[in-house]
Amino acid sequence: MAALQAQLQQKLAQAPGFFHQAPVVINVENAKYAPDFHAIKQLFTELQLVLVGVCGANSDLKKAAQQAGLAALQLSKNNGKTVDAPAKAVAAPAPVAPPPPAPVVQAAVENKFIEQNIRSGQQIYVKGADLIIKGTVGAGAEVIADGNIHIYGSLRGKAIAGAGGDSSKKIYCYNMQAELISIAGNYWLSESLQGEFWGKSACISLQDGQLVLAELF
Amino acid sequence: MAKIIVVTSGKGGVGKTTSSAAIGTGLALKGHKTVIVDFDIGLRNLDLIMGCERRVVYDFVNVINNEANLKQALIRDKRLDNLYILPASQTRDKDALYKEGVERVLNELSDEFDFIICDSPAGIESGAMMALYFADEAIVVTNPEVSSVRDSDRILGMLSSKSRRAEQGLPGIKEHLLLTRYNPERVIKGEMLSVEDVNDILAIKLLGVIPESQAVLNASNSGQPVILDTESDAGQAYLDTVARLIGEDVPFRFLNVEKKGLFKRIFGG
Repeated sequence: MAALQAQLQQKLAQAPGFFHQAPVVINVENAKYAPDFHAIKQLFTELQLVLVGVCGANSDLKKAAQQAGLAALQLSKNNGKTVDAPAKAVAAPAPVAPPPPAPVVQAAVENKFIEQNIRSGQQIYVKGADLIIKGTVGAGAEVIADGNIHIYGSLRGKAIAGAGGDSSKKIYCYNMQAELISIAGNYWLSESLQGEFWGKSACISLQDGQLVLAELF
Repeated sequence: MAKIIVVTSGKGGVGKTTSSAAIGTGLALKGHKTVIVDFDIGLRNLDLIMGCERRVVYDFVNVINNEANLKQALIRDKRLDNLYILPASQTRDKDALYKEGVERVLNELSDEFDFIICDSPAGIESGAMMALYFADEAIVVTNPEVSSVRDSDRILGMLSSKSRRAEQGLPGIKEHLLLTRYNPERVIKGEMLSVEDVNDILAIKLLGVIPESQAVLNASNSGQPVILDTESDAGQAYLDTVARLIGEDVPFRFLNVEKKGLFKRIFGG
């Protein structure tokens, strides 16, 4: 149990806040015996995760899990796509069990498409996906996404892409007059953005820890 | 069923009450039975602009609290018999309004009138929210300067997210831009934003442009809505605005610097 806790904490430390109250399903396919589901549930609650259920359980494990108030789910066929990241760590209670081989893939989340102007004071956040806006982002508005941000209009407010820490994400906009742009925590304020691309279309990316502005067309 | 139109801005002092009075009066002039409701509880001004301050007995808050009925509180305009105003309370504050009460009063008014003009207080707090919550259309009053434009942008965000139409998933509030205190000379000098600049930022339909005019202050001081001063440029601009509001196609005037003729140059314009 201590090993599980350490492993989970390590995982959570990589992206603080990202998994806050995230629903989690644990994969017990490789577990040799029924772990103490009550204790695991308690641990997840302490780490501010929401344990929803188990998957890959045999009938004994299923029963144990259901007694602890957890749902027994079918193991996904598509190579573990619905399995959330912490599932890897949860193989630990079975001492000899190696982590499941399935690669951990973020649950597929729908991109958000907005077909109106984002006004001053409004805030849009898209978790784990891209944000596409057909309209203008006004001064004093904030658009935030864990994925890329596309703006088919003017960007006069703040745009924060890769909010989950992914430095490969980019910001695309039709007319760049931003107050602030940020990718994976690296940011520029509007005074550093004045120049060649001000008021023009631009693509902003992160290269070697440095924000780079480039032509869109 | 009346059409409920909120006159709002976010920022104070841009001409909400002047515009509410002018537009309400203009709609009545066009033959529509109209009531102007003052939502600025505690800072009652509409009665002064309309020149009926001595006839206020009961007010909006009295009606909401069932201390008076609508007939007692409504003040009929002395110039136009299809124009009424519902004054705000001066002794209370914005918290005296609550959704259910406002809804009941608006429903009652809705049976009687063609248009209900809600004169919103400044700000984005409860008072302004009450004024815009039940609106079908919104007239966003903006001065051609950056802070007013930003505040208007903020209130447009509120209109599209905090109104009844937004909350109930109905078709959105129809938004109109009314640019007031416009001075083409200062626009040319670069001291003021142009109509195009404001339109580019706010991206809503332009309803009217009211030129900066001495007539507005004179009208306010004398308790005559400026639209009744048909000689003045501001009065004419408001007449155009009202015509556009009811769907007439009227070209925009007063956007460019007026060339002064010989007589005007000699005798002053």
